Amino acid sequence: MSSIGTYFYNIFHSLYTVVVGMRITIKHLFTRSATVQYPTVKMKIPERARNRLFVNIDDCIGCDQCAMACPVDCITIETIKSTPDMDLGMTSKNTKKRLYLPRFDIDIAKCCYCGLCVWPCPTECIVMTDVYEFAEYDRKDLIYSFSNMTEEEIAAAKVRLEQYNQEQAAKKAAAVPAKEPAPPAANPLPPSVPDIGKA
Amino acid sequence: MEFIQTLLANQLVVSILLSALPLVFIILMVLVVLYTEMKVAAHIQDRVAYMRTGWHGVLQPIADMLKLLQKEDIIPTKADKLLFRAAPFIAFTGTYVAYAVLPFSSIYIGSNINLGAFFLVAAGSLVVIGILMAGWASNNKWSLFGGVRSAAQMISYEIPTALAVIIAVMITGSLNLQEVTKFQDGGIGNWLVFGGPLPWMQKLMLMPFTVITFFILFVASIAEVNRTPFDLPEAESELVQGFNTEYSGMRFAMFYLSEYANLFTVSAVVVSLFLGGWSSPFGAFMSGPVWGVFWFTSKAFLFILIQIWIRWTLPRLRVDQLMYVSWKVLTPWLFVCIFAVGLILVI
Repeated sequence: MSSIGTYFYNIFHSLYTVVVGMRITIKHLFTRSATVQYPTVKMKIPERARNRLFVNIDDCIGCDQCAMACPVDCITIETIKSTPDMDLGMTSKNTKKRLYLPRFDIDIAKCCYCGLCVWPCPTECIVMTDVYEFAEYDRKDLIYSFSNMTEEEIAAAKVRLEQYNQEQAAKKAAAVPAKEPAPPAANPLPPSVPDIGKA
Repeated sequence: MEFIQTLLANQLVVSILLSALPLVFIILMVLVVLYTEMKVAAHIQDRVAYMRTGWHGVLQPIADMLKLLQKEDIIPTKADKLLFRAAPFIAFTGTYVAYAVLPFSSIYIGSNINLGAFFLVAAGSLVVIGILMAGWASNNKWSLFGGVRSAAQMISYEIPTALAVIIAVMITGSLNLQEVTKFQDGGIGNWLVFGGPLPWMQKLMLMPFTVITFFILFVASIAEVNRTPFDLPEAESELVQGFNTEYSGMRFAMFYLSEYANLFTVSAVVVSLFLGGWSSPFGAFMSGPVWGVFWFTSKAFLFILIQIWIRWTLPRLRVDQLMYVSWKVLTPWLFVCIFAVGLILVI
């Protein structure tokens, strides 16, 4: 194309492209906007969304598996053994509870919502809920304590365990002299391993 | 105007009142334009813009204005204090002065001078001085770039504007905008875009040239108010905020006000030169002094809407492209138009 031809072509091409663009924008002016007015209108959350953790403390057996699974160590569990004379009840899955739970803290600020703690739980007591609005002004408020034991109960449980342990120790001490020391077991030598390198 | 004069019987009070009238208009108009711009911008991008302040956020421009008024007026230590302080006022004066010659209605015009169109073009260049001053006084490289770009751009685009004004003046035979508007009175067919109220043969021959002129004037006027695609003086992505980077609070608000008031001015110029100003498109129907104000502002608002629409469609031009458009496209085409219109008017 000659240069004067390019000149006219450029003018008409630019006008044409402007019209194309303006047609697209005016079309969007009259389409429904995609905005969701969030605090007043909320989007539906997927059924299996992973959000705030919740622990049903009545079902917890204190096995510590969730704390082990946690990749960011945001779960802290402390347990106190119960004495045989105490009955802590059963979980909804019919597992006998043997441990007191003076402390079950989840630091939700650390939580990465991976859901790894949910799968190992034998009683399905730790779950992820669909609650996602839990901002706080103080970081301390983001540490959730799920334990329902009072200070007195914790102290009482500790005392009982201490007493029980002492009793057991006393029984053991009484039983020890009667016991014969076990004869040393014949320690068989490990069978000689054939040399792999030569074989 | 005589009515008010006899009512108050005081020349001074009347002058002050009448000159304050456009200011009230500017402030109200800017609020409306701000709201429209935000809403149109949002809806073009499939958003909804502000929804909380009042019904669909109608009070938001007022809230924004109050916020700007309360902000601290920061002047950089290394800035040229006097120029820095004066710049926004000069820019706004340039804008406001232009309102003196805009014929809002058949009975209202700030100053019915014979050089109206010429005065408008001249007043437009006062804004450039304000912007260049702001850019220089800020002592900031981005501001300076913005100011210099603005000067280059506005001077370049004054020429197409002035040439387009000349064509309108050639046909109507008057520089007074009130006369130009009266010339086009009496229905949509008499508007200068369609050749004006001339014998049909002449009119038909004039029409292509007036349409081109009208279009070029519109493009040049967008460039003169520094709006996208010609917003190089501000160019957020390159120059932070261009000439008003260092401004805050009330002084920034002055620039803002000046920009939006200018938007109306250029639209009003296009309207009163080529689209019959305050005259009704239906001839005698719905015409009169009060209807005149309605037609004038609604026509100008239509153009503001189109400018907003363009703003949210087109990307910014490069500096050399900007100059190319002005000097190699708009100006030569207008020379052709001037020649052709002159020839047609002579025969």
